[in-house]
Amino acid sequence: MDGDDDISGQMIDEIYANGGEETDQRSRRAIMSGDQLDIEAYAALYSGRTKIMRLLFIANSSKNPTVQLDALRMAYDEIKKGENTQLFREVVQKIDGRLGPNYDMDLSWCEVVERKAEQKKERLENELNAYRDCFISFQTNLIKESIRMGYNDFGDFYYSHGQLGDAFKSYVRTRDYCTTSKHIIHMCLSTILVSIEMGQFSHVSSYVSKAEQGTDPLDPITISKLRCAAGLANLETKKYKLAARKFLETGPELGSHYNEVIAAQDVATYGGLCALATFDRAELKSKVIDNSNFRNFLELVPEVRELINDFYSSHYASCLEYLGNLKANLLLDIHLHDHVETLYDQIRHKALIQYTHPFVSVDLNMMANAFKTTVVGLEKELEALITDNQIQARIDSHNKILYARHADQRNATFQRVLETGREFDRDVRSMLLRSNLIKHDYNIRASRKL
Amino acid sequence: MDPLEALVAQIQGLSSSSADIARLHTILKQSDDSLRSNSSRLSPIFSLIDPSIHSLGFLYVLDAFTSTSVSNQQQAEELVPIITRFISGCSVEQIRLAPEKFIYVCKRLKDQVMLLEAPIRGVAPMFTALRKLQVSTEHLTPLHADFLLLCLLAKSYKTGLSILDDDVFEVDHPRDLYLYCYYGGMICIGQKRFQKALDLLHNVVTAPMTMMNAIVIEAYKKYVLVSLIRHGLFSTSLPKYCSPLAQRNLKPFCQNPYIEMAHTYSTGKVADLEAFVNANADKFESDNNLGLAKQVVSSMYKRNIQRLTQTYLTLSLEDIANTVHLNSAKEAEMHVLQMIQDGEIYATINQKDGMVRFLEDPEQYKTCEMIEHIDSSIHRIMALSKKLTATDEQIACDHLYLSKVGRERQRYDFDDYDVPQKFNI
Repeated sequence: MDGDDDISGQMIDEIYANGGEETDQRSRRAIMSGDQLDIEAYAALYSGRTKIMRLLFIANSSKNPTVQLDALRMAYDEIKKGENTQLFREVVQKIDGRLGPNYDMDLSWCEVVERKAEQKKERLENELNAYRDCFISFQTNLIKESIRMGYNDFGDFYYSHGQLGDAFKSYVRTRDYCTTSKHIIHMCLSTILVSIEMGQFSHVSSYVSKAEQGTDPLDPITISKLRCAAGLANLETKKYKLAARKFLETGPELGSHYNEVIAAQDVATYGGLCALATFDRAELKSKVIDNSNFRNFLELVPEVRELINDFYSSHYASCLEYLGNLKANLLLDIHLHDHVETLYDQIRHKALIQYTHPFVSVDLNMMANAFKTTVVGLEKELEALITDNQIQARIDSHNKILYARHADQRNATFQRVLETGREFDRDVRSMLLRSNLIKHDYNIRASRKL
Repeated sequence: MDPLEALVAQIQGLSSSSADIARLHTILKQSDDSLRSNSSRLSPIFSLIDPSIHSLGFLYVLDAFTSTSVSNQQQAEELVPIITRFISGCSVEQIRLAPEKFIYVCKRLKDQVMLLEAPIRGVAPMFTALRKLQVSTEHLTPLHADFLLLCLLAKSYKTGLSILDDDVFEVDHPRDLYLYCYYGGMICIGQKRFQKALDLLHNVVTAPMTMMNAIVIEAYKKYVLVSLIRHGLFSTSLPKYCSPLAQRNLKPFCQNPYIEMAHTYSTGKVADLEAFVNANADKFESDNNLGLAKQVVSSMYKRNIQRLTQTYLTLSLEDIANTVHLNSAKEAEMHVLQMIQDGEIYATINQKDGMVRFLEDPEQYKTCEMIEHIDSSIHRIMALSKKLTATDEQIACDHLYLSKVGRERQRYDFDDYDVPQKFNI
C-alpha cells in the first residue's frame, strides 16, 4: 500500500513540475553559478580601466566583506600597473589599511607618476603646437596626420590618467584631421570607449552610427565591437529589445578583443536575458536558439544557455531556478545591475503568459507548483496580468481554475462602434459650439472696429 | 389728455395688424423715457390692456414698471403674478420685436422670486418665456442660464434636464454659455447623469476665452471630480484646441485639493482617498463640492469591484471585501447587490457559500431595440455631419473670415513670389 502511494505521489509531482522525464536529472545537476562569484576568474576576463571599475563596483555593492577586500586588493594591483593616481587614492582610502602594509598609501609612486605625467603633457603640448604652427603655413596632409596623432596621444594620455572629459574632447578633436576612413573608425571607437566609461550612452549610440555610416567595409571585429557598444547603449536606455538584437548580431570574431569594455560572456548574458524578456517564442527560436553565431557565446555561459532552452521548452521551474541562482552575481555587474529586476519581472510575466496561452482552463494548483509559488501569490500575479490585458482569462477563485476568455469579436465591435459614434457626436457638437463662439467673438471685435 | 392715457389708447388701437404694431413700436420707443419717469403710476394700466393682444405695449409698460428697484417682499408679491400672467399670455411675434426688454423683464422675475425665496414659482414661467424667445431649439437665449439656476435652487432637476437635451449651437454671448453649461452640469450631477455633466463641463473648460473667469475655474473643479466618478481617471493635460490661457492657468488654480485628489485616486487605495477627502473637507466644503468629493470615494469602491469582474469568474464575498478594502463580507454583498441592480455589473450572489459569480454582459446586439438604437444613432450622426459640412461651407463663404484669411495669405504670397537674386536686377 505504502509503495503504491509513493509512486502515484511521485508521478503527480512530475506532472505538476511540468518537467516531464528530465525533471529529476535536472534538479539533481548542480547549478554552477549559484556559487559565489569567483572574482579572480571574473577579473581575468577584462583589461584596462573597465577591470578596475568593475572590481570597484563589486567592492561597493557586495555585502560580503571578504569579497569586498578581494576586489579591492585586485583593483589596487591593477591600478599600480597604470598611471591613474586619482583612482589609486580613492582605492587606498576604501581599503583603509584592512589589507596590511603592502596595500597602503604609496606616496612616492604617486609622485613619480605625476611628475612623469607632467613632463609628458608638456612634451605633447609642445609637439602639438609645433605641428599646428606648421599646418597654418603649409596645409599638407602629412602635417594634418601628425596633428591627429598629437590629439590622439593627448586623448590616450588623459584616458590613462582618468581625466575622461578631457580625453573625450581630445579624441573628438582628431575628427577634423582624419584623412582616411580608418582614422574615423579609430576616432569613433576611442570616443565610444571613453563615453561608456563616463556613462554617457547617448554619445555611444551617436558615434556607433557614425562609424557604421562609413563607406568602406569594416572588418568583422570592428563590426562586432560596434554591435556590443550599441547593445550596451540600448540596454542602459532600457530599450531591451533593441539591445537584444544588437547583442545577437555580434559576431564570434569578437573573442577577447573588446575586453576593455565587454567580455564574450557578458554578450551571452546581456543578450540572452534581454531576448528572453522581450522576444516572442518564434523570435526566441529563430534569433537565439537557432543562431549559430550566438551559440558560440552561449557556450561560454552554460547557465544562460540552459535557462533559455528551459524557457523555450516550458520547463519554467528550472528556468526560474537558474535565474534565481544567477541573480546575486548579475547584481554585481556594472552594466546589468540596474536592469536585473525589470528583466526578471518581464521574464517571469512572459513565462506566466506563455504557460496559460495554450489552455482553455488551467488548474491553479498545478500552475503554482510549476512556478514554485503559492496559489494565493499566483492569483495576485495573474490578476495583475489580466488587469494589464496581457492574459485573456478569468480566474475561478472558488475552484482555483483559470479559464481562458475568448473575446467575442462581434459584441466587441458593436460596443466599439457605438462608443466611437458617441465620441464623434460629442466632439463634433462641442466643436461646432466652439467655432460659433469664436465666430461670435470675432464678430464683436469686427463691429467694434467699425 | 394725460400722455399715459393717450399711450394706452394707442396701444389698444394699434395692436391688430403687423403694420400697426410696427407703428406702435416706434411710438413706444419714443415714449420709453416718459414711461420710465412715470413708473410709479403705471400699475392701473395692467388692468386696461390684455397681455395676449397688446403684448408689445404690455411689455414696454412692464419694463418701465419693473425698472424701479423693488426691494420689499410685498411689492415683489404684487409683481410676480403680473409678470407670470404676461409671460404665459404674450404673443410670440410681438415680444420678439423687443427681445432685450423681454429678457430684462424675465430677469426681473428671477430676481423677484429669489427675493421671495420661492424659486419654484419662477420655473414654469421661465420655461415658457425661454421657449417663446427661442427662434429654434439650437438657439441659446440669455434666459437659459437663469432658468437652470431656478431649477437648481428649486431642486426640480428633471424640469431642467428637459432643455439640456436640446443641442445648442447659436450663442448670443459667451457668458450665457458658460453659465448654461455650468448650471446644466450641476443639474446633471444631481440626476447622476455624469457623462452628460462631463460633456457640459468640458464645454466650459475648453471654450475659447481671452481672459480667465470664475465660472471656468469652478467648472474645472467639478470637471475633475466628475471625471473621476465617471471614468476613474483624470488626465491633467487639456485637449490642444483648448485656449492657451486655460491650459496655463487652470491647473495652478485647482492644484490643491483637486488635482492632488486625482493623484490620490490613481493610486487606487480607498483608505488614502478617504483620508485625503477628510483632511481637505473644509476646502471642498467652501467650494460646495464636499458631496461630490464623497461620491468620488464611493465610486472608487464600485470601480474596484468592476475591475474584479474582468479578472474573476467567481470570488467569495470575503475576498471582495478584502480586495476593495471593505469592512465586512456583508458590506461587500450590499455593494455588489446595488451594482447588479443598477446594471453596472452582471453577477449572481450565492448566499449559501458566500460566492459571487460574475457573468458576461448579456447584451448580444441582436434585439430589435438594439438595432433601432443603432439605426437612430446612425441617423443622428448623419444629420450631424451634414450640419458640419454646412457650417464649413458657411464659414468658407463668410465675408469676415475670408478677409482675415486673405490678409494673412497676402503675406505668404509675397514670399512665394520671391524672385531669385539673379533675376532681381
